[in-house]
Amino acid sequence: MLFSDLVVIGGGPAGMSAALAAAGHGIKVTLLERMESLGGQLVKQTHRFFGSESEYAGTRGIRIADILREKVESNRLIDCRRGSTALGIYEDGVVTFEEGTQYKKVNMDRLVVATGASEKMLVFEGNDLPGVYGAGAVQTLMNLYGVLPGRKVLMVGAGNIGLIVTYQLLQAGVRVAAIVDAADHIGGYLVHASKVRRCGVPVLLGTTIRAALGTTEVEGAVIQKLDSHFHPIPGTEQRLDVDTVCLSVGLSPLTELLRLAGCKMRYIPALGGFVPVHNSYMQTSRSDIFVAGDASCVEEASSAMMEGAIAGLSAAISLHVPSAGILEQRERRIRELAALRAGDVGAKIRNGLAVMAD
Amino acid sequence: MFTQDGIVTKEMFESSLPSPQRRRKGPYAVMECYQKIPCNPCRTSCKFGALQATDDLNALPVRDAEKCTGCGACVSACPGLACFIIDETYSEWEAAIRIPYEMLPLPKEGEKVDGLNRAGVPVAEVRVLKVQAGKILDKTNVVTIAVPKKYLYDIRNIAVRRKEHG
Repeated sequence: MLFSDLVVIGGGPAGMSAALAAAGHGIKVTLLERMESLGGQLVKQTHRFFGSESEYAGTRGIRIADILREKVESNRLIDCRRGSTALGIYEDGVVTFEEGTQYKKVNMDRLVVATGASEKMLVFEGNDLPGVYGAGAVQTLMNLYGVLPGRKVLMVGAGNIGLIVTYQLLQAGVRVAAIVDAADHIGGYLVHASKVRRCGVPVLLGTTIRAALGTTEVEGAVIQKLDSHFHPIPGTEQRLDVDTVCLSVGLSPLTELLRLAGCKMRYIPALGGFVPVHNSYMQTSRSDIFVAGDASCVEEASSAMMEGAIAGLSAAISLHVPSAGILEQRERRIRELAALRAGDVGAKIRNGLAVMAD
Repeated sequence: MFTQDGIVTKEMFESSLPSPQRRRKGPYAVMECYQKIPCNPCRTSCKFGALQATDDLNALPVRDAEKCTGCGACVSACPGLACFIIDETYSEWEAAIRIPYEMLPLPKEGEKVDGLNRAGVPVAEVRVLKVQAGKILDKTNVVTIAVPKKYLYDIRNIAVRRKEHG
């Protein structure tokens, strides 16, 4: 049995920020990451980040991963356990995990769950054919392993991920036939849309994928226009000559562990689906469990890092460890997160959090 | 419409241009950033105080054309690749436009490339005047192209005609 003041599950931007924030106030942290290296989704984000310059804006995601990873791995208070998958949370404060072939236990006083999110799937004919990918897999192949996912792609979804991955495909020399989205407007940042448009990629709104064609792999795709009630309009089917279909149709928070621990959950579509009810200190309905990043609500890596810091500081504060300036530090982080969400594009998250606070 | 196709309209572009007198003086930045998103690297990159300081991270950038020297620091700093430098004094019938460029192969100085409009359609052959690819730009390279003045609004991208990388 291991003993730790704080266990952090997930070594992405939120989890690493939580571990660093708590360790910065003398808290002993055990960080569990199921992959063999830290970084989470940051390791594939080759684009420059938005947000505030003081929070890595203008820096590419891959570089932010390096910066955080180095800080975490060189911090002697953080026991960084890679290749370790959290399996369970017990009433007596024991977290179990699988590490290699071994089943291990760690006894904790506080827990931060930063498990991220999983990609949503879309139902259409042929969606099980090789060549139909989630956007995360396309990024992993391309940006992590240097493998082209295909030669000509249909992108489904015009949110930030769809737009960014389209741009990264173009950078890798892959053609993108079109981006389709069922909505009547572009969901992602319009500067990203302008970028892919001036590379010649059409954005077809009110349009969805009906089928991926082919017998053993994707050899084409059929798209179709939708009416204002999202019903397909007969006769508007169009065949596209593509060998790859990339889906970027949203994310669902990964909250199984929180549910298991008995944290109160609520279905709030604006936040990504079932999310753990939490306050502005990132504390769940269980006073010893905190949450951060996409597991708390689906947003951006910039907000995940701030939430992680707030969760880590809150865990430290709740352990009653006297540390100078810790309350002020948390207040500053909460203000920064609010500033990030203060604009038009933050309205959805603000509304979702208001529903949660009700 | 902008929110449906991401294409900045001619009216939006023209409303962000400096005064005719300023335009005749030399290079200036245009910030083609028309949606309030949480972002501020352009403001922190400007060494001349040409971008109005604000506490609102989501505020649109407001460029003071009298303070802007057209230095181009914002071009590679903008994560949205939405800042461009326009110099209408380059020649009688051509303007020099500096664009952020993150594709390979990089064009060479003097090379003729396709000038693409905001929908990616080639509209004119343009000449590459300068290629900046220094380490400090961190792979958001900056290419200066000579563009016929009638395409001042239209051309925002290039396509290199060679295929090879590097």
